[in-house]
Amino acid sequence: MEKNFDLSVELCGVKLDNPIIPASGTFGFGKEHNAFYDINILGSISIKGTTREARFGNPTPRIAECRAGLINSVGLQNPGVDAVVANELPALRKIFRKPIVANISGFSIEEYKECCAKVDKQEQVAIIEVNVSCPNVHNGGMSFGTQPEMAAEVTRAVKSVTTKPVFIKLSPNVTDIVAIAKACEQAGADGICLINTLLGMRIDTKRRKPVIANKMGGFSGPAIFPVAVRMVYQVAKACNIPVMGCGGVESASDVIEMMMAGATAVQVGAANLKDPYACKRIIEELPAEMERLGIEKLTDIIGIVE
Amino acid sequence: MYKKGIYKIVANTPLTREVYRMVLEGDTQWIKRPGQFVNIELEGLYLRRPISICDWDEKSITIIYKVVGKGTEQMSRMQLGATLDVLTGLGNGFNPDVENEKPLLVGGGVGVPPLYHLAKMLIAAGRKVSVVLGFNTAAEVFYADEFRELGADVYVATADGSVGVKGFVTDAIQQEQIDFDYFYSCGPLPMLKALCGCTDKAGELSFEERMGCGFGACMGCSCKTLTGNKRICKEGPVMRREEIIW
Repeated sequence: MEKNFDLSVELCGVKLDNPIIPASGTFGFGKEHNAFYDINILGSISIKGTTREARFGNPTPRIAECRAGLINSVGLQNPGVDAVVANELPALRKIFRKPIVANISGFSIEEYKECCAKVDKQEQVAIIEVNVSCPNVHNGGMSFGTQPEMAAEVTRAVKSVTTKPVFIKLSPNVTDIVAIAKACEQAGADGICLINTLLGMRIDTKRRKPVIANKMGGFSGPAIFPVAVRMVYQVAKACNIPVMGCGGVESASDVIEMMMAGATAVQVGAANLKDPYACKRIIEELPAEMERLGIEKLTDIIGIVE
Repeated sequence: MYKKGIYKIVANTPLTREVYRMVLEGDTQWIKRPGQFVNIELEGLYLRRPISICDWDEKSITIIYKVVGKGTEQMSRMQLGATLDVLTGLGNGFNPDVENEKPLLVGGGVGVPPLYHLAKMLIAAGRKVSVVLGFNTAAEVFYADEFRELGADVYVATADGSVGVKGFVTDAIQQEQIDFDYFYSCGPLPMLKALCGCTDKAGELSFEERMGCGFGACMGCSCKTLTGNKRICKEGPVMRREEIIW
């Protein structure tokens, strides 16, 4: 291509070569996909969701096939924040030179604070992404992300112990996503990432039982793309902080649509499991798609839709 | 190491009413061990379908699959010359280099295929190989002759007794008083469990689980073992018996 297309974007001062970031939980700590291609072409990586303690996660089966997507109920399996800092991040550093997004989960305010403070100290971590879809063990198991006050409380707590930009990753399983996003913004969030998976369920009609051992799980894949675009659009319009768009992205065209809705960066999730080359393919397709649509700089189209 | 490639279907024929044998032509350099698997993309289905490798050479892969759902049903209708997008070289596979003289290979149903290339390698290495194959009924039996042609001692067990020993693979092992010093096995979980219950010899077993990616990224197929958490698709599907938590 003769023309020079500018794919770079900036998230709270963090410069990315392109807006493509594999979503947490679909890319491990980079090692598996690096066997398929050099992952340094990515904008960044959102690492596997990390908690204070090591977690095995939920019983199996954890995966169910769906039309245009899948349900997962992995249950935040991870080696725990200390092992992530001691082993996984140095291993990732060897194969990925760029700054990363650390995805943190917690089951209490204290846990969020402790984990975020630890990853905040890591040089390679540029952004902290706080997953508020987990149940709050101190509040009857209600997810932190389903109520504006609770999401704001997590945000405030994490901001009080960190120096890096904090993005709150929101669950779509709520009645008013805008109210929750605004509560996070007012509590000091530097950005919003959305959407996490939609709660779903499949039944094995032969066995008359749920396919997933935990009965329900998070639905992701191309089927949820329109829901994601809608929520990104609503939140980007209502808030003055950057948005990472996530949900069902499979192509360069999807990336541009998500950015026009208001996303500054775009995460790719389920597609990494079906096609291990998904992110590489999307990045390589972007210039041609930009040319087709008359876009020279990706930053020109962020939130361009009225 | 594992890679993605495009493979051409050069054979796709039924072995029994529900079990098919498919031969795929393409790059096989990533397959290192018997008991590894491939993960096949199919049109209109979101997740790939993991299928164990039965046999391979420099330019082709043989897989044997049972029609159990939409994915395998679609595969059974695929024409020669059609192409498939396949990940190869997945999983750890059986270890043919373990020291043994008289290995026993035990397969149940569609757990039989991954033992085939293993039998080839063990026989080529001069081992005295016994094979026990378990099925529900005579009409479901496949590959018994193929194992015999390799030079293995083959015993068949059927649940209804329509051919071979009546009962399970464990009944055949006991009735035929098969002499072995190590075992390799793949089949349904109850069979694997019963096998470990009827012998205290060392061995390795291949497990299955619903998978997301098949190459270790999603943690969808994890299991607990005595040597730590493992991904069936990556540190598995084959495990040593002493690691397994039943």
